[in-house]
Amino acid sequence: MTGVMLEVTDLVKNFYGKSSSGIRTTKYTVQAVSGVSFELDQGKTLGLVGESGSGKSTVGRCVLQLIKPTSGSVKYNGAELTTMGAGQLRGLRREMQIVFQDPYASLDPRMTVGSSIAEPLKIHGIPGNHEHKVRNLLDLVGLSPLHAKRFPHEFSGGQRQRIGIARALALDPKLLVLDEPVSALDVSIQAGVMNLLEDIQNELGLGYLFIAHDLSVVRHISDMVAVMYLGKLVEMASSEDIFTQPAHPYTQALLSAVPQPDPATERERRRVVLTGDVPSPINPPSGCRFRTRCPKAADICATEEPALADPGVGHPVACHFAEVKAMV
Amino acid sequence: MSNGSEPSTPHVLEIRDLRVSFPTDDGMVQAVRGVDLDVGAGELVGVVGESGSGKSVTFLAAMGLLPKRAKITGSVKVAGDELVGVPDRQMRKVRGKKIAMIFQDPLSALNPVHKIGDQVAEMVLAHTDMSRSNAHDRAIDLLDMVGIPQPRQRAKQYPHEFSGGMRQRVMIAMGVANDPEVLIADEPTTALDVTVQAQILEVIQRVQHEMNTAVVFITHDLGVIARIASRVQVMYAGRAVERALVDDLFAHPAHPYTTGLLTSLPGRVGTRLIPITGAPPNMLKPPSGCAFRPRCAHAAAVCAEGDPPPLRPFGTQETACVRIDELTQVAR
Repeated sequence: MTGVMLEVTDLVKNFYGKSSSGIRTTKYTVQAVSGVSFELDQGKTLGLVGESGSGKSTVGRCVLQLIKPTSGSVKYNGAELTTMGAGQLRGLRREMQIVFQDPYASLDPRMTVGSSIAEPLKIHGIPGNHEHKVRNLLDLVGLSPLHAKRFPHEFSGGQRQRIGIARALALDPKLLVLDEPVSALDVSIQAGVMNLLEDIQNELGLGYLFIAHDLSVVRHISDMVAVMYLGKLVEMASSEDIFTQPAHPYTQALLSAVPQPDPATERERRRVVLTGDVPSPINPPSGCRFRTRCPKAADICATEEPALADPGVGHPVACHFAEVKAMV
Repeated sequence: MSNGSEPSTPHVLEIRDLRVSFPTDDGMVQAVRGVDLDVGAGELVGVVGESGSGKSVTFLAAMGLLPKRAKITGSVKVAGDELVGVPDRQMRKVRGKKIAMIFQDPLSALNPVHKIGDQVAEMVLAHTDMSRSNAHDRAIDLLDMVGIPQPRQRAKQYPHEFSGGMRQRVMIAMGVANDPEVLIADEPTTALDVTVQAQILEVIQRVQHEMNTAVVFITHDLGVIARIASRVQVMYAGRAVERALVDDLFAHPAHPYTTGLLTSLPGRVGTRLIPITGAPPNMLKPPSGCAFRPRCAHAAAVCAEGDPPPLRPFGTQETACVRIDELTQVAR
């Protein structure tokens, strides 16, 4: 189980909008994703982290062609998805599924859990009685086969997320996009769903694109981590390197902002507290998009956009002043 | 009630045997089932618990902000004044003056059609006989204190012109406008990005230290607790199950539920998480004895007996676990 499963190159997604002030209408462009490239190996997990508005969910949706990218390439096992016809794409969709944050919103309240899980099988015209398959799926995600006859409202949040995962697995996919799959869950419940995701990956060899804002969750589950800021990747490395030897000032600030559940560590840590908020993706800063909040910003940062390349630290970083900083 | 973790300063907030229940079609939901808490001036106490643990309801009851149908008994004293059962008219004089509360979603707490400066000034005017222009100056000072840049200009703007973090700063400014003894912060950073959360936590700590305000910080995030709290009360199923100094809580939790929360936290790759099995109890019919026992790996017959166990001293901590002595002996 090796080899590149997903290859994303120079992915761009712009959303176009109009705002009207009564007198005149102005058009604007939201640059949600601006040239993102990464690879995901079979059976591995790539964590995509970033704050609200960083474009991480848009990347996930573009990968699955749920929204059409503005430009760039998405290759799944060598096949280009962005130019593929609807019919062909539909066939490949069986292998690529998504799990959303809110399982209640993505389950039909009037359908039994069993029919919800079997629905993808029907849609893809897989013949036969799916009862056996549904039972196996429920078993796989740690629910009872008896649950198939019940309705979503009879389940807790953690159980609903397990149902969402069972449905995503119904077509035996090879790639799962997990968009904040545990962020709505209490921590004691979240741990069970995380374990489940790990078990399923070990058992079935799935590739995960794991999108989340919670860095400790991403650290726990990811092999590789890519950090996004305002539509761009700023740093990408193994999970271990990102969390212990980050070289981008944004990654460093992000990590130091995350409170650690250890009072002694918290007292000793020197924090980089960023000032201000994330700028608007309608009119992002020139050059490096992070420069308006960056403690290291200099003139060059406004004029020249730093490329995502290895400045000699062992992994790619998009910063003119990249420098490894050991983190606690 | 006394142990090493209590501050020597007099308590500005004293909660005794607070109980809250709500009538529903299926019976009474027992949201809070006998909570005690003391907080000293300038102290920051963390209240941690998961959804439905009663952590928010406890303090909404203290603030008199629950709907009329809620049945509230027990006692909440702020600087000696009883708040449970007092008439609305009297409560309005206390709320915002002696005890104030900030929430997770600041946008729904701000009036969209009034300028920020006017809304902060309104808080000042509600409790003082200051002139309107003095109140406005005070509002600008407050906005400055909570770290809003160019407060004089920003005071003329409306809530929609503020980011989430800036709106939460405004809420804090309104909360402390009348220098209350107690500030209740109910998940104030949960909706914010982590870099903005770090800023807001600093503002709350500044208020705590500069104004000597007692802060009750309600959260589900143990990392936030570790960063800012000096003492912690852990809640489960409407009760306090553990109370400890922050270092003790993380170093040697004295209740299986606290232990479960800590082992559930994700850390490095390769370590297996240990979740808490099952789900919280139905508060229409909470289990007898310890409410955590259906999910507890150490539950025994004694855990099901009688009323929910009260907190009792255990070393420097307090725990509601009736088997804690046996459990720690086994562990050692």
